[in-house]
Amino acid sequence: MDEIGWGTILLTLLLRFWPVWLALALTFVVSARYRRRLGLYGRLFDSTIGMIGFALVIFWVFTALFADLIVTHDVLSQISQMKNKLPGTAVPDGSAWYLLGGDHLGRDVFSRMVAGSRIVIAIAPLATLFAFMAGITLGLPAGYYGGRLDAMLSFLANLILAFPVILLFYLLVTPEIAETGLPQYLAIVLFLFPLVFLTVLVNSRYYVTPVFRTKVVAAILVIGGYIYLALVGEAGTKVALLPDAADFIHVPGNILIVFVSVVFVNAPTVFRIVRGITLDIKTRDYVAAAQTRGERPWYIMLWEILPNARGPLIVDFCLRIGYTTILLGTLGFFGLGLSPESPDWGSTINAGRKLLTIAPHPAIVPAIALMSLVLGLNLLADGLREESLKD
Amino acid sequence: MAQFLLRRVLTMVLTALCLTLVVFFLTNLPPNLEKLAKSEAGSRISDAEVTSWLEKNGHARPLLVRYGEWLGVVPGWTREDDGRTYGRCLTPGVDPAEAPRFCGVLQGNWGFSSFFKAPVGSKLGYHLGLTGVLMFWVIVLMVPASLLIGVLAGMREGSKLDRSLSTFSIASTATPEYVSGVILIFIFASSAVGLKWFKGTATAAMDGVTFDNFFLPVLTIALYGVGYIARMTRASMTEVMTAQYIRTARLKGVSFGSVVMRHALRNALIAPFTVIMLQFPWLLNGVVIVETLFNYKGFGWTLVQAAGNNDIQLLLGCSVVAVAVVLVTQLISDVGYVFLNPRIRIS
Repeated sequence: MDEIGWGTILLTLLLRFWPVWLALALTFVVSARYRRRLGLYGRLFDSTIGMIGFALVIFWVFTALFADLIVTHDVLSQISQMKNKLPGTAVPDGSAWYLLGGDHLGRDVFSRMVAGSRIVIAIAPLATLFAFMAGITLGLPAGYYGGRLDAMLSFLANLILAFPVILLFYLLVTPEIAETGLPQYLAIVLFLFPLVFLTVLVNSRYYVTPVFRTKVVAAILVIGGYIYLALVGEAGTKVALLPDAADFIHVPGNILIVFVSVVFVNAPTVFRIVRGITLDIKTRDYVAAAQTRGERPWYIMLWEILPNARGPLIVDFCLRIGYTTILLGTLGFFGLGLSPESPDWGSTINAGRKLLTIAPHPAIVPAIALMSLVLGLNLLADGLREESLKD
Repeated sequence: MAQFLLRRVLTMVLTALCLTLVVFFLTNLPPNLEKLAKSEAGSRISDAEVTSWLEKNGHARPLLVRYGEWLGVVPGWTREDDGRTYGRCLTPGVDPAEAPRFCGVLQGNWGFSSFFKAPVGSKLGYHLGLTGVLMFWVIVLMVPASLLIGVLAGMREGSKLDRSLSTFSIASTATPEYVSGVILIFIFASSAVGLKWFKGTATAAMDGVTFDNFFLPVLTIALYGVGYIARMTRASMTEVMTAQYIRTARLKGVSFGSVVMRHALRNALIAPFTVIMLQFPWLLNGVVIVETLFNYKGFGWTLVQAAGNNDIQLLLGCSVVAVAVVLVTQLISDVGYVFLNPRIRIS
């Protein structure tokens, strides 16, 4: 088989993404049809910027979901004749093409880029969510109570923020540190926040109906606690909390480290934002009314203040996923944490940059992928901000 | 004002102490020390030899004591061996009785780099100088460009110019340095596109800065910062443009250009000042990435080398510099904000 030109490459690429186009069209048709009933999400479809951003983000989400259908070659298999080959080169046995060329080890650049989206889409939103849980759980009381608690927590947050991010990564994500189990101890602390958050959330809401409350809180503690133990512990490492048979979540050690350090870097900023909003909202009349009613502090924080802070928090959540994506890329770019084999975008850019002036495509493809996802998240945040300000 | 300054400086010193202690702890964990012993005394030595090497070189004592020594508030260790005295502050050929008792960062002794085989102080000084040149040109490019974009966009909110400039700002904040650097090298320096206007590395710029070997790294760092500062400037500019006194000036018949230049600009630039100062820590990130990408041997490159080669003393030196940059810029931005804003300054 011969080489194919750019026109054919683009057409084949478009066809490869068919499950994504299908899902994308479905999402847009359904959402646009029922947008008046969908609240803030529905109003997103009134703003062009927001719609473009949403389309970019959801494109990558679906790509990650359907990655197995889209890839043309195995992510790790190397064909030595295909090293640094240009886009559109046919593989030696003539069965297919390397649509976007081969990298320095003769792997398919296109398939690696598609598979890499899976790692980013899996880690970035989840890590951001964990950072938000930690930031909210600490930021609400800091802003609401003020005083010593606020001074202490703010000092701690500023301490972490004063750390240059790259230095922190180099200190946390090295094999020596991993050996001491420090990231796992950090995980023990950071992963506790979602559990605490959910428990307090439910407890404060249903405090008046003790029977129901006790049931729900117990369920959260048992299920959440089990997931927590399985997530944090890993048999054979420093933190082996559950026996291997009962441990159903196996997080590879290096992924856990990357996850923990990204959460750790993001949480203080979320804390500062939540604290700032709480300081503002706690002077409102409805908070005073709740206080006069005799509501308990945690009820006021979680069910009076937090819902009214949701606008800026949702916007920041989108922006922060983008920022987390950039951080993940930075880690990959310095070869930290993730294994060099891994197809994530940062690592592929790092591997491709050494031959940048001769064979640029292995680095350019993931670079553009990463940029489009972050751009989509930023545009989405902008659209959401615009729409939420219209209230 | 004096009390405010004093409190800020005290918090800053406390933060710096805490941070250096954390870095000291993280770089002096047992696995790091073991690796250091093996790289200094031979990679095939036994565990017992590692322990004895660590004891001989003063690494086997409590963490806080070692931290105090490094800082220069605890006297350096000494050890008698075969009638000769070894010690942290002693150099061969100098009488032990005359050697100083304290030798740490406070005395100007930054230790010895185990990877570069050179004193950390002079090593850091040299590479910081190179990064200083880079930062200077980044600031020269970034600050005027971003302020101009922000002011132009915020002048007439919702206009076509505003929309296109805002989209550019968003795109630039969405492009981290390692992405824009790769794309810029691809377009301007690779043989695939064939423009070859600039060089793809900045190694030559260490001897002499020229436009074609230095423009790409400077542009790469500046691009990421431009978007953020421009958006902040735009936000503050649109706020000022809706203020009462601007409307009054317009109604008096002052021309639009003159309103922008004489009434709006001065008030609109207070907020971006803080943002620009707080961008310095971010620039530090960009510097590390860009220096690695363009192979420019500045501070960021040194940090990467130190961290990658378990060079404990050099890494500690790097973190002191990095932490100092962050804290000092925070202080300047706080003080500058109070100083620039008449409402706060007078009360």
